[in-house]
Amino acid sequence: MVTVSVAALLLGIALAVAAVRVRLPGRRLWWVALCLPLAVPSFVAAFAWTATWPTVDGFWPLVIVLTLCTVPYVTLPAMAALSSVDDGLVDVARTLGRSRARVFLTVVLPHVLPAAAAGALLVALYTLSDFGAPAILRFETLTTGIYAQFSSGFDRTLAATTALLLAVVAVFCVAGERAIRPRPARIRAAVTSRPATGSGRAGTTLILCGLGAVTAAAVAFPLVALGIRMLSSDRYSSSPTDLVGALTTTLGVSALAATVAVVLALPVSLLAARFRGPVVAGVESVSYLGHALPGVVVALALVTLSLQFFPGAYQSILVLLVAYAILFLPKTVGASRTAVAQVPPELEEVSRSLGRGPVRTWMRVTLPAALPGILAGWVLVATAVAKELPATLMLRPIGFETLATELWSKTSLGAYGAAAPVGMLLIVAGVVPALLLARGLERRRGSDSTASADALADTVRREA
Amino acid sequence: MTTHVEQVRAAYGDREVLHDVDLDIGPGERVSVLGPSGSGKSTLLRVIAGLHPAVGGRVVIDGQDVTSLPPEARGIGLVPQEGALFPHLDVAANVGYGIRGLRLRHAHRDPRVRDLVEVVGLGDLLRRRPHELSGGQRQRVAVARALAHEPRLVLMDEPFSALDAGLRQQVRDDVAQILRDRGVGVALITHDQEEALSLGDRVAVMRDGRIVQHGTPREVYTTPVDTWTARFLGEALVLPAVARTDRATCALGDIALATPAQGTVQIILRPEQITLVAASSPASGPGSGEVTRVRYFGHDVLVDLRLTGGTGLTVRTGPDIHVSAGQRAAISVHGAAVAVASD
Repeated sequence: MVTVSVAALLLGIALAVAAVRVRLPGRRLWWVALCLPLAVPSFVAAFAWTATWPTVDGFWPLVIVLTLCTVPYVTLPAMAALSSVDDGLVDVARTLGRSRARVFLTVVLPHVLPAAAAGALLVALYTLSDFGAPAILRFETLTTGIYAQFSSGFDRTLAATTALLLAVVAVFCVAGERAIRPRPARIRAAVTSRPATGSGRAGTTLILCGLGAVTAAAVAFPLVALGIRMLSSDRYSSSPTDLVGALTTTLGVSALAATVAVVLALPVSLLAARFRGPVVAGVESVSYLGHALPGVVVALALVTLSLQFFPGAYQSILVLLVAYAILFLPKTVGASRTAVAQVPPELEEVSRSLGRGPVRTWMRVTLPAALPGILAGWVLVATAVAKELPATLMLRPIGFETLATELWSKTSLGAYGAAAPVGMLLIVAGVVPALLLARGLERRRGSDSTASADALADTVRREA
Repeated sequence: MTTHVEQVRAAYGDREVLHDVDLDIGPGERVSVLGPSGSGKSTLLRVIAGLHPAVGGRVVIDGQDVTSLPPEARGIGLVPQEGALFPHLDVAANVGYGIRGLRLRHAHRDPRVRDLVEVVGLGDLLRRRPHELSGGQRQRVAVARALAHEPRLVLMDEPFSALDAGLRQQVRDDVAQILRDRGVGVALITHDQEEALSLGDRVAVMRDGRIVQHGTPREVYTTPVDTWTARFLGEALVLPAVARTDRATCALGDIALATPAQGTVQIILRPEQITLVAASSPASGPGSGEVTRVRYFGHDVLVDLRLTGGTGLTVRTGPDIHVSAGQRAAISVHGAAVAVASD
């Protein structure tokens, strides 16, 4: 976990500097490319590696896979922070006799570090709660340990203790992230920014090679590897019925879970966006908790609860939906709170003065104006459900296969050829939120950069 | 269509920000509420609109006490700072939003909507979305929208401050004309004294949650009640003086007073009441002194003088007066000064 976080931190800052401070051909394209690793679920990437080199497993491959998958959590906030660095400061520092490198270390880096470090903690959280990649690469972590106890002996006490430990560490990660992430600056002095600097032909080539290599390893490699697998395997070739079945189930359950989450999130986000107070802050914090809890932990808790109190509900779609709601509520709360908060209160006031009551005002003005953001939250949850592995695995009804569990069971059987198309579909599902994020990044680049940095950091956090 | 604000008090938490405010707005009358930021002027507007509760006093519109009514039942039009157009609706639907029983999808075909959009000069932009409009156009739409439901009073909160200087004058004049033609009462909140004086039939000056003075623009400008008001409304020269009924003696000599006073007072003069006379022969006595600094702006010149008695003052003069630092000069005063009590 520490190794992955540090690796992601260093790589992420380097990528961000290359993308923001250096003038590159096809800059916008690179920005999209830097968001794209988010589209690749870590267990799909891990699968692509084992499918290509079946002997690859253990610690270092896992570190590489997770770093490549999570580096956007550092890159994107760092990019946002970098584009809000006041170039006036840099100029002043240069005239005070500091070299370019020292200025970077003493002026630019301190500005970027809080955002990047907060991102690194998100990476730590992701690594901590990730189940699929360590399981596929056969390296035992807390999550795989819990799952092993659950599926084999079901030593409840041991599993519960491990889960509790996991939850505590995860909550610390989230608390740490909230503590160090840069506060949104209310008033900031005018920021002068220059266009990015050129770096000479050799430098540009070098940087492009670096960016290209990272993108290739993180995004292109899994796609190509899965493609080759899909075409070359004659044994265990994919059975279309399984595939279509999993796809239909996934679409259905994703849409259902996303709708449930959005409906649950609306009152919370409305309160959080319009009123401030200890009660509201409490409600919001509770809804945020799912963000910290690893899927394995939530699933284990729900298994225990349902067996204890509602035996009938165990392994029913209902419990699964509850798990999704707990896990992904923060995504929609975040998205729709931002959306509602961005509707200026003056709009509601004008509507009231024009003779509409509070309810009609909410229906006719606030909701429509906030709708794009709320829908974005829906998409985020839907794709997250499609990619979710451990909770689905532990809570699903018998015979219920989503794309993620389909990939899992085919991999466990060694049916790599059959698993490959499933992996492809999962990456495609992941591209949607990644592109949403990239589009947000560009749109905000266009508008004022200060507000954008904060908003963007928010989006990345939600994506996590 | 008269609005009375009677003894209104309002607070944020424990902090009272409006203290017993009285304000009348007659039918078709435009009243500027002028004050620095934090003076409570926006809160006053929100209380009149029903967006902020009054903890005391009454708001009466057309004889109806509306103090406890929600905003939607008050029949007022609101034009906020940057227009606050509904972003998801086009121009026609924005304007039609307040018209009862109108289906917004058909707003662009409604004659009332078309008329209003025509009146504000945007007839060909009916189907545009707010983000496709310029700042000035948005502000016009906001005015049309506020008028659509035939309000009894229109409230405008710094409606022109977000526009750049060139555009502001134009939009301001157009909007003033539209409101005048409609004959609806208007309360205009602003911190811009020029805007307040030029747009208001009457001006109410607010400070620290109270209305310190109200009257016609000419009254408040020429006879401010105290030195703060005088300085807030424009440049003012304030000098200590000794008053004897209708005349006063000060560093500038003997000066006529607009209102009788006695004893130690302060007198207020506007810069345009003072003219500078470059003295070729050495001038002496009250009202003359040495030029200490000259600042040339093209259309006018600011000249700093140190009078014989030691008092310093700044005079605004036309560009055709040629003086330089070190020269002696004399001034003459036109009209009467206002005497207020010493601070």
